[in-house]
Amino acid sequence: MNEEALTAGAPRRKAAVARPAGGPGFGRWWRHLDKSAWVWLLAIIVLVLLVVNPLLRLLIVSFQQPDGTFTLANYAAAYSRSRYVDALGNSLVLGVSAASLCLVFGVPLAWALSRTDMPGKGLVWVSILGTFVIPPYLGAVGWILLAGPNAGWLNRLAVELTGMDSGPFNIYSMPGLVFVIACYSFPYVFVFTKSALDLVSSEMEDAANILGSGNLRTTLSITLPLALPAILAAFILVFLEAIALFGSPALLALPGRFQVVTTQLWQFFEFPPKVGVAAAYAMPLLCITIFLFWLQRRLIHRKGYASLTGKGGERRPIPLGRWKWPLLGYCLFVCMLSFFMPMVVICQAALAKAWGRGFTLDNLTLNNLYFTLFENTLTRNATLNTFMYAGAAALFAVTLALCVAYIVNRELVSRKVGNILSFLTMAPFVIPGIVLAIGFYAAYTRPPLLLYGTAWILILAYTTRFLPIAYANSNAAIRSINPELEDAVRILGGTRFTAIRRVVAPLLKRSLAGAFILVFIPATRELSSAIFLYSINTQVLSVLLFDKSDEGNFEMLAAIGLILVFITVVFILIGFRLMGRDFMLRRAAA
Amino acid sequence: MSKLVLRNISRVFGEFTAVKDFNLTLQEGELVSLLGPSGCGKTTTLRMIAGFMTPTEGTIELDGQVISSPGSSLPPEKRQMSMIFQSYAIWPNMTVAENVGFGLKVRKVKEEESRRRVNEILEVVQLGALRDRYPAELSGGQQQRVALARSIVVKPAVLLLDEPLSNLDANLREEMRFEIRRLHDEFRITTVYVTHDQAEAMVTSDRIAVMNKGRVEQVDVPYALYGRPQTRFVAGFIGRTNFVEGKLNGETVHFDGFSVSKQALNVEGAGLPADVLVSIRPQSIHLLRQKSGDSDRCCAQGSVQHRSYLGEYWDYHIALPGAAQPLRVTARPQEVFQLNEAVWIEIDTAQLTVIR
Ligand SMILES: Nc1ncnc2c1ncn2[C@@H]1O[C@H](COP(=O)(O)OP(=O)(O)OP(=O)(O)O)[C@@H](O)[C@H]1O
Ligand SMILES: [Mg+2]
Repeated sequence: MNEEALTAGAPRRKAAVARPAGGPGFGRWWRHLDKSAWVWLLAIIVLVLLVVNPLLRLLIVSFQQPDGTFTLANYAAAYSRSRYVDALGNSLVLGVSAASLCLVFGVPLAWALSRTDMPGKGLVWVSILGTFVIPPYLGAVGWILLAGPNAGWLNRLAVELTGMDSGPFNIYSMPGLVFVIACYSFPYVFVFTKSALDLVSSEMEDAANILGSGNLRTTLSITLPLALPAILAAFILVFLEAIALFGSPALLALPGRFQVVTTQLWQFFEFPPKVGVAAAYAMPLLCITIFLFWLQRRLIHRKGYASLTGKGGERRPIPLGRWKWPLLGYCLFVCMLSFFMPMVVICQAALAKAWGRGFTLDNLTLNNLYFTLFENTLTRNATLNTFMYAGAAALFAVTLALCVAYIVNRELVSRKVGNILSFLTMAPFVIPGIVLAIGFYAAYTRPPLLLYGTAWILILAYTTRFLPIAYANSNAAIRSINPELEDAVRILGGTRFTAIRRVVAPLLKRSLAGAFILVFIPATRELSSAIFLYSINTQVLSVLLFDKSDEGNFEMLAAIGLILVFITVVFILIGFRLMGRDFMLRRAAA
Repeated sequence: MSKLVLRNISRVFGEFTAVKDFNLTLQEGELVSLLGPSGCGKTTTLRMIAGFMTPTEGTIELDGQVISSPGSSLPPEKRQMSMIFQSYAIWPNMTVAENVGFGLKVRKVKEEESRRRVNEILEVVQLGALRDRYPAELSGGQQQRVALARSIVVKPAVLLLDEPLSNLDANLREEMRFEIRRLHDEFRITTVYVTHDQAEAMVTSDRIAVMNKGRVEQVDVPYALYGRPQTRFVAGFIGRTNFVEGKLNGETVHFDGFSVSKQALNVEGAGLPADVLVSIRPQSIHLLRQKSGDSDRCCAQGSVQHRSYLGEYWDYHIALPGAAQPLRVTARPQEVFQLNEAVWIEIDTAQLTVIR
């Protein structure tokens, strides 16, 4: 039937002679081997060292005595004192209250910008972007200047106006802490809610209006419920952010004489560091985080809501009539609290000879900035370190993420292994920075991998911490490339690396630069992992800012903070140039 | 000598067998097409030849050396082949000249010679004027030529083409068929050409391997595939045909409405089974007003059941007494018969093919 089949008998015998020329055995194995395999193997090993090893170490250390024998004493020590248990409770209270306050701030703003004809949207939008730019702990510094007992500007104003003995505000308190954290976390709620509201079509609202429902009722009974899953997801995200935050609680709770989990963890590290106890104490934080992220994913992926909100449809802004001014007033009020007021006092402090002397011209100086940047070796080095570590970490994170994304998308490993790899790469997303830092400390403070005290431990911790951001971006980038472009290189004689160097990399230049910036920015301001891993010679700006806070030199704190804000703004602008306006949002979605 | 040998190649994806027991031998300088419907395993076969995929069974040999076997396979970059992809895969970040010169650069051909060869091949595919353009500034047909130039310029041991014309419009497609054949005649590169378009395969190929559900049905020169299809699938896939079933009775095969002598069917070897399936091409049937005197030819009377005029030919459906299916007949434009007119059909028995 088939000519080939009929004649195949003879050549088959011939080939049996021909085959040894091709040669089974080492020579042929070597020729047939795809040498790029080593690089992929290396990437996998690095991934294990960065993600699996610290977590595993964290777990092991929590069950170990200093001499390495098994014990439950760490857990007993961590949960025996009421102080420690109280801190856990405080964190929960903090998380729930801060997240609730975020809803109060974020949801109305999102609705106003997404659905109404409120004037001044641009201004509100810019100030929310500005809130993203301020590191949370810098916001805390701003609010210390505003509402510190006695000396704070608001208190002084209140005393001036009312003639009271002392001002009413005390930022060094639980309500103060909740407020400050909410000021810098509500943008997440805003972004999530706004993107959900953007998808609700006016037709759905019209349907309710036709049935006789007023605008307000429609909004409350139709529009908001449609956005509810997104709002809930944002609530969870903000809750997790609040309980994992280290900077603001350390600046506000410690002077206020109360503890939350993160500050308590830090105290376990005061000399001599009790790593085992800290590890045991970090477990609830880790477990809650993982559980809630899982819950959040399920919320976002719930089918019913997705299909309801998935269709675009026409969208018309709701006319507010005379209500537009009160709403704008509220939006600006929130922006005042979170952006304008703190920024003004920080700029004032950074440019003042003494911040308490007020907003006068003769109080103005550039000395603080000059001193911080050029004269003081400590801050100068810290600035350099900040740049170098963040740059190195961003480079490593993007490279590693790109490797993993490549391995997974090109199916260089089996699908099952691929799934494990992408899971590992995304895993740091659900690990609080402080927990990751303790894991790194546990894993890399003793031989054979002694990194503690070097810059490497910081760089690698940053790399790990922001790997998910890099991965989400690299993955999207790799997917946008037709594999045949690489196949074409290979069949013409280029190796995989030639293909990556000559075709993939040039085509992905922009998105990879964007990913670099998205890692670089948070890495310049990262505090919660740095605080556990720095040493005298490897200080970075965020750590320095925190260290200097108990000296009361707010002019210098503010100067350092301004430098950080400046760096961020510059790189965000570069990011805009490279990738367009929605690029910050990708980070939030990552 | 045989250039490329595929020996009992199979490829399994999980439970699904995409290619099964595939055998094919290409002589040096030959152009063989893999022709078959969508999903029959053409791309899979081609990617195994290229080395992007390892066969789960069987071996592939190039110049007598095993390059693919289930255990190991020579990476594509070491096979000295080149390939044209369905998407063309022109690198958007390089100019036309850079695209074409890339393979030479990787092969470390000297700058000067490389430039000469690139210019030469760009002239051959008539792209000389566009050498410094970027792919985004080219039309589909021009991109196609870049892809051709890029894979020919390296003088590959084997050239692989995966449906290279499927993204072009009909006119251009026809033009490029001849272009590909012309380039093949000029450079004589051993070529495997994948397509699901029968006309394309006929125009370009020395031989065609018809594939169905992962298997090779028949490998033959285009003429023989059409004239002597060996399986029902091939007869139906290559051109249009009439399948008629008959019964062998002594020296005669009886079909519904007519009969043919055993010798006329012209089968060598084992002889005919009791139930015979025959493929009759519409062109091998002639319509007559009167019964012809030539008794050699097989004749029967029927009537025109349906007709359509397609400009270049008539398509008649002729109902025969006692036959369930009408026979389709292709006739020249001047052979006009009316609906329901009684006609004599005359079948050129030399063109009958027995299907097994
Ligand atoms: N990586 C894969 N995993 C699983 N199944 C696959 C894979 N690649 C191909 N297949 C399956 O193998 C079969 C043959 O695919 P192939 O791409 O070779 O078809 P084709 O003949 O080239 O079709 P087309 O003309 O549509 O390009 C298809 O059914 C396809 O679904
Ligand atoms: Mg295909």
